Amino acid sequence: MTESNVQQSDIAVEMRDIVKRFPGVIANDHVTFIAKRGEIHALLGENGAGKSTLMNVLAGLYAPEEGEIFINGRKMTFHSPRDAIEAGVGMVHQHFRLVPTLTVVENVVLGLDEPRFKLNLEEATQKIEALAEQYGLKITPDAFIWQLSVGEQQRVEIIKALYRGAQILILDEPTAVLTPQETVELFSTLRSMAAKGHTIIFISHKLDEVTAISDRVTVLRAGKVVAVVEAKDVTKEKLAELMVGRPVIFRLEKPEVAPGQEVLRAEDLHALNNKGLPALKGVSFTVRAHEIVGVAGVSGNGQAELSEALYGLRPLQKGKIYLNGQNITKAPTREIIRQGVAQVPEDRHKEGSIGDMDLAENLILKNYRQPPISRGPVISWKYVFDFAKTLIRRFDVKAPGIHTRARLLSGGNLQKLILARELSSDPALIIAMHPTQGLDVGATESVRELLLQERSKGAAILLISEDLDEVMQLSDRILVIYEGEIMGEVPADRADRNEIGLMMAGARQETLNHHETVAA
Amino acid sequence: MNQPSFSERLPRISFERRLTAPWWLAWVIPIASVTLALLTGALIIASQGVNPWEAYKAMFMGAFGSGFGMAETLVKAIPLMLAGLGVSIAFRMKLWNIGAEGQLWMGAWAAAGVGLYLYPAWHLPPWLAITLMMLAAMLAGGLWGAIPGLLKGVLQVNEIITSLMLNYVAISWVLYFVDILWRDPGGLGFPNTALLDRAIWLPKLTWIPFLPPGNRVHFGLIIAIVAAVILWFLLNRTKWGYEVRVIGENPEAARHAGMPIVRNIILVMIVSGALAGLAGMAEMSGVAHRLQRGLSPGYGYTAIIVAWLAKLNPFGVLLVAVLFGGLLVAGDQIQLTMNLPRSISDILQGLILFFVLGGEIFSRYRIRIR
Ligand SMILES: Nc1ncnc2c1ncn2[C@@H]1O[C@H](COP(=O)(O)OP(=O)(O)OP(=O)(O)O)[C@@H](O)[C@H]1O
Ligand SMILES: [Mg+2]
Repeated sequence: MTESNVQQSDIAVEMRDIVKRFPGVIANDHVTFIAKRGEIHALLGENGAGKSTLMNVLAGLYAPEEGEIFINGRKMTFHSPRDAIEAGVGMVHQHFRLVPTLTVVENVVLGLDEPRFKLNLEEATQKIEALAEQYGLKITPDAFIWQLSVGEQQRVEIIKALYRGAQILILDEPTAVLTPQETVELFSTLRSMAAKGHTIIFISHKLDEVTAISDRVTVLRAGKVVAVVEAKDVTKEKLAELMVGRPVIFRLEKPEVAPGQEVLRAEDLHALNNKGLPALKGVSFTVRAHEIVGVAGVSGNGQAELSEALYGLRPLQKGKIYLNGQNITKAPTREIIRQGVAQVPEDRHKEGSIGDMDLAENLILKNYRQPPISRGPVISWKYVFDFAKTLIRRFDVKAPGIHTRARLLSGGNLQKLILARELSSDPALIIAMHPTQGLDVGATESVRELLLQERSKGAAILLISEDLDEVMQLSDRILVIYEGEIMGEVPADRADRNEIGLMMAGARQETLNHHETVAA
Repeated sequence: MNQPSFSERLPRISFERRLTAPWWLAWVIPIASVTLALLTGALIIASQGVNPWEAYKAMFMGAFGSGFGMAETLVKAIPLMLAGLGVSIAFRMKLWNIGAEGQLWMGAWAAAGVGLYLYPAWHLPPWLAITLMMLAAMLAGGLWGAIPGLLKGVLQVNEIITSLMLNYVAISWVLYFVDILWRDPGGLGFPNTALLDRAIWLPKLTWIPFLPPGNRVHFGLIIAIVAAVILWFLLNRTKWGYEVRVIGENPEAARHAGMPIVRNIILVMIVSGALAGLAGMAEMSGVAHRLQRGLSPGYGYTAIIVAWLAKLNPFGVLLVAVLFGGLLVAGDQIQLTMNLPRSISDILQGLILFFVLGGEIFSRYRIRIR
């Protein structure tokens, strides 16, 4: 930071009066955004407020209709991400843009102009290792991308930006997909980058993180800037109020409901993952009506495979599944859906939606076989459109209309679309994988509210989430999964964060009980 | 951070993905592509010592300039329409069926069997014989399509290769019948079967206005239009069509919705093959009136181009098929009048496909040269 006296000012990024329109929406409406050198700047706002759009403008992906961009005081016109990266602006998107079949090094040098004809991977490897060392990014240069966890892939994206000389690094919801441990590591990297004079702009819906790591916060609402504040001056509640425009109550009423009959029974489930390795090793549990059972665990410990196995998408090697007492172990997905099982899948783009089809067509994905959506072989689109309009309104999906293609929705709104489809069907069992991922505070609260309502109505809910707060807040019982095994089960009212944390790291409950009695 | 890079010396071409495309691009790009294809074709024509402008004029007039030309254009368009519809439904599900040619031949073969042997043997009324010929053609084409479908659905064998290979098998199979088993003994040594009884030729559409008397446009045109309407309805209005579209767009989401993917792969290949088979029946019973060598000058392959240019839209297929039918007629025309090889129309077909496929890059990417 000592060299800052070289520059006339310490403003790294200035976006002035940016306007970006899409058919039917003004995503950015005269937005002025300033980030200083060496600061961590959070960008906050409701789903669809225009955060990703603004950052895509800064990263050269979108050309704004109006407005100017200054980098280090120099006016810039970006025609492409290439121009932006040349000016020192790098972006890590929410969906990584890495080639799975190439190694880390190959991905980093991919698309670079230098060297133009002959690749020198060794030199690149050394440079990558140096960068990794400098910023505390743990990375294996010659590993293939497909071998890496989400957190590792994100590090590759960061290295990729740094390798290209990014001084200004944009991260779009970087922590949405990270484990708590990975989040801690990411933040320490970001801090060390900021200390070396980089400017970090990051988008997040997790207000705790925002207040914890950022220096300043810009809040967008409906495409406009509503506040720029020093992070140390504000509380989480104040930020939420700025975003939504009215006070947000962070208290969730969890009504006392006595659990009903057993709805789901899983007995000794064994299944393989996509690489053919054991992912579930004898998982057994039950979920009753009026009950939310949380599955806590670091992602990649068999949660996705569990969700798929229960939904008939992954063959079991061993074990049995009963739904309302009926054996559905070998039932096809279509039958499981018919029996009233809803699923919020892990990957909303790949598994949960069809990007190039419109919202109405996306909303009937699970119930297109049922009257009155279809009668006999024919779909009644008239009914579908009314149905879709109702759901869009009820679940507050922000979109120009039901004929918008799903891929044009903002991240949070796409998640809402999926939830609208799955929760509106009066399900008997809901298998929900991180249902609030990418949702803003308001939407998160309303989704949690909805899950509790479904619980009151008598649904059995399996809540698979990495967000321990969410699991503890909503669940009646908590299962902890580690390497495909259930480490233990705790009733939510007696749940202890430490105990759960230890089990998430592989300690068995039996071995912990000893401590518990001592402590008590 | 902003060191000048040394590669500035060479011009740099980069493809940049478009996140948004202006609405007019969807129209400008295909028109520009076809124009470029015609310009390139003009160079080739000029290299033959013929004035390209004159040649194009003659081609256009030949295909669309007279009632007779128009009628011939429609005649050639009929098999392209039917086979193109077949290809388009398979492509909708990202099943790359390039076996329409073989499926067409199998359809023609089955229809010829019914017309030449069952019809006289069973003393069928002609309308029933024609119906049976259509059914037999659809069955044979459908089964021929089902083979790559089964292999793909059950064993994940690449359908491009199997469907292509089966074209050669089908043609050899049919020619074995044409040349040996069903060969017309009174055929003066020509490799073809006997003529079908006149009563079971597809009726001519003599009532169409503007077309000259004695034209060859036949009932196949009605079949094709009806097929397009049915296909459109199936795709856009039924559960099955919805499944086909979802599986084509995102098979993983389809799996999560419990859609029967393997069954639909096989089913779509059967429908696709059945439509191509119908094209073969129409050509055999409506135009050639017999099974013969050269029954199809590659309609099944041209149908792929037709389906693609029509963006897989059933009504688009009808329209584009007429244009390509015209191109075939024009090819014959200029061979006679301008002393150009008939293959000019093949070359133009290829160029159009090439440029249209190439042009699609521009709708997804922006190209910048610095
Ligand atoms: N390519 C596009 N075409 C049309 N509309 C778009 C496009 N990209 C974004 N939008 C719309 O612009 C608005 C702002 O979207 P944006 O992705 O910037 O929201 P966001 O603030 O990042 O929300 P989230 O928190 O849900 O990710 C939304 O209404 C969205 O539907
Ligand atoms: Mg976003």
